Amino acid sequence: MKPFRTHRGLVAPLDRINVDTDQIIPKQFLKRIERTGFGQFLFYDWRFAADGKKSGDFILDEPRYAGASILVAGKNFGCGSSREHAVWALADFGFRAVISSSFADIFANNSTKNGFLTVLLREDEVGELMRRAREVKDYQLTIDLEQCEVRDDQGFRARFPVDDFVRHCLLNGLDDIGLTLQHEAEIASYETVHPPPSALQARHP
Amino acid sequence: MSAKKTLFEKIWNAHLVAQPAGRSPIIYIDLHLVHEVTSPQAFDGLREAGRKVRQPARTVATVDHNIPTEPRGTPITDLIAAKQIVALQANCKEFGVRLFDMDSPEQGIVHVIGPELGVTQPGMTIVCGDSHTSTHGAFGSLAFGIGTSEVEHVLATQCLAQQQPKTMKIDVRGRLAEGVTAKDLALGIIGQIGTDGASGHVIEYCGDAVRSLSMEGRMTLCNMSIEAGARAGMVAPDETTFAYVKGKRFAPQGEEWESAVDYWRGMPTDEGAAFDKVVEMDAAQLSPFVTWGTNPGMVAPVTGRVPEVGSLRDSERRSTELALQYMGLEPGKRIEDIGIDRVFIGSCTNSRLEDLRSAARIAKGHHVSAKVRAMVVPGSQTVKRAAEQEGLHRIFLDAGFEWRESGCSMCLGMNPDILQPGERCASTSNRNFEGRQGRGGRTHLVSPMMAAAAAIAGHFTDIRDWKFR
Repeated sequence: MKPFRTHRGLVAPLDRINVDTDQIIPKQFLKRIERTGFGQFLFYDWRFAADGKKSGDFILDEPRYAGASILVAGKNFGCGSSREHAVWALADFGFRAVISSSFADIFANNSTKNGFLTVLLREDEVGELMRRAREVKDYQLTIDLEQCEVRDDQGFRARFPVDDFVRHCLLNGLDDIGLTLQHEAEIASYETVHPPPSALQARHP
Repeated sequence: MSAKKTLFEKIWNAHLVAQPAGRSPIIYIDLHLVHEVTSPQAFDGLREAGRKVRQPARTVATVDHNIPTEPRGTPITDLIAAKQIVALQANCKEFGVRLFDMDSPEQGIVHVIGPELGVTQPGMTIVCGDSHTSTHGAFGSLAFGIGTSEVEHVLATQCLAQQQPKTMKIDVRGRLAEGVTAKDLALGIIGQIGTDGASGHVIEYCGDAVRSLSMEGRMTLCNMSIEAGARAGMVAPDETTFAYVKGKRFAPQGEEWESAVDYWRGMPTDEGAAFDKVVEMDAAQLSPFVTWGTNPGMVAPVTGRVPEVGSLRDSERRSTELALQYMGLEPGKRIEDIGIDRVFIGSCTNSRLEDLRSAARIAKGHHVSAKVRAMVVPGSQTVKRAAEQEGLHRIFLDAGFEWRESGCSMCLGMNPDILQPGERCASTSNRNFEGRQGRGGRTHLVSPMMAAAAAIAGHFTDIRDWKFR
């Protein structure tokens, strides 16, 4: 996993609440069996007309937000389906982080597995960043995971909470399967006491 | 620390494998359900790292999300979908995972077949790369959806590193009135607490209204927990639960059954155990509900109206306006005046035998409106066979409904069952998100009875006034 320490980048505002994963990556694109190439389908139904032509009026397609790597969005971002494709699409499109006042649990979990940051700020702070991203030309933010802080060049500064272990994994780009397997002895001893249900152990074709 | 524990805490504690300092606790996963859409990248990850599936006997797979509901044997014309199905078949073979494939007499939606097969049992930890895994909580298990990276993690380790979620009790007093179902209870709860009302929490549903639900009803209720943002939803196991599980193909037998039931009887929350949050509701206040917007919290009683936007606060107003615009509805419109084009009875929320029986009771002797196309998609082959033995398919077919093969179908429209732009659908599924059932499609979530009645009337109608034939 790609480590996340400090990131500075252009900010795009998505002034919507309850952005669900069906919007982030519509279901017709979930049939691919790879982890890559989902960025072109990000927010597809909002960005493209039914005939596949870019509708042009979606915020991410405004020239001033081209190359944005930080998204600011309304509360409950990433709700709905567990599809990790939503994170893959955001990351593949070029985003490194989303800032919101709340995130759906599964989306937040999926993000940490991909070196992608969900930054939790207060609703008024999110509102302020949304306003600056709209009003300030080439608005840049720094997200500093070492200090757990978001800051800009105009004096905005806010701390965000993050679980210590999640932070540790993100800072170091750790593979958590490897970390769990460090507990092989404990897993094996648990399994000795708790074998699989006997009916499921029977051979199957 | 209090000795009094909740159902959730008992299951959590019983599955702790390790609690490394400064890290998330590692919990053991009893059952891992797998389907074609969220697993291929996970199996690839195993191969790349040279890992095996640690516990094939605790891993059960089926195909449900993108398979057609045309008669089995019809070739799959969507080649990318076909490739995903072939990938699951190959992965199950290579890693020794039990697969209930397209041609299996037990194939079906993963959250329908788990309970039917008896692999879902009280007290278990259950995961699946699907948010509606919360369904299995109906059995008093801790069941939650995970992403593909965690699917790979469970395949490789049979464990997950998880932060312990908070607990929420939803206490529903009284009884649901005739015509008010578990689906309406779920929609009523989400309408009250919001689509993020239970974020970070595991819900335990309690109270007389919940206790008196059948297992099918409890599954519907727990299924929708994720629509309130919950990590999981659960109902304590009781005699209703044991009666359902007993005799199922993979359920414990003989002496094993007796000792399992003894263990399960100790699962329910101790009297006086504390929850992080408590919500109380009165079942008598609930009606049949219809969603009018683009998330499941945007809901009104069938006798109500689409909201006026004037009184709402800024961000709510904006999202309501966007929703009404997408749905093609004017503020203040009566719900019963909303006409529909399509009806979908199915999905992991409402495709079990009891759901089909209740819809058939409404449909019997009536006919689907000439302007409506209505389909019934049983949740599994087992449900389909049972329904046919009772003659439910005859009732539906005579009334002008389509009777199809099992799968997720139009709940998420990954297969050819989709809405056309602008089409309005009464659906028994779980999400009314923009484009969920097809780009530009407009979804209204309802119970199976409400969906059947809407199919016949051509618009929403209060089933409490239905003329049964």
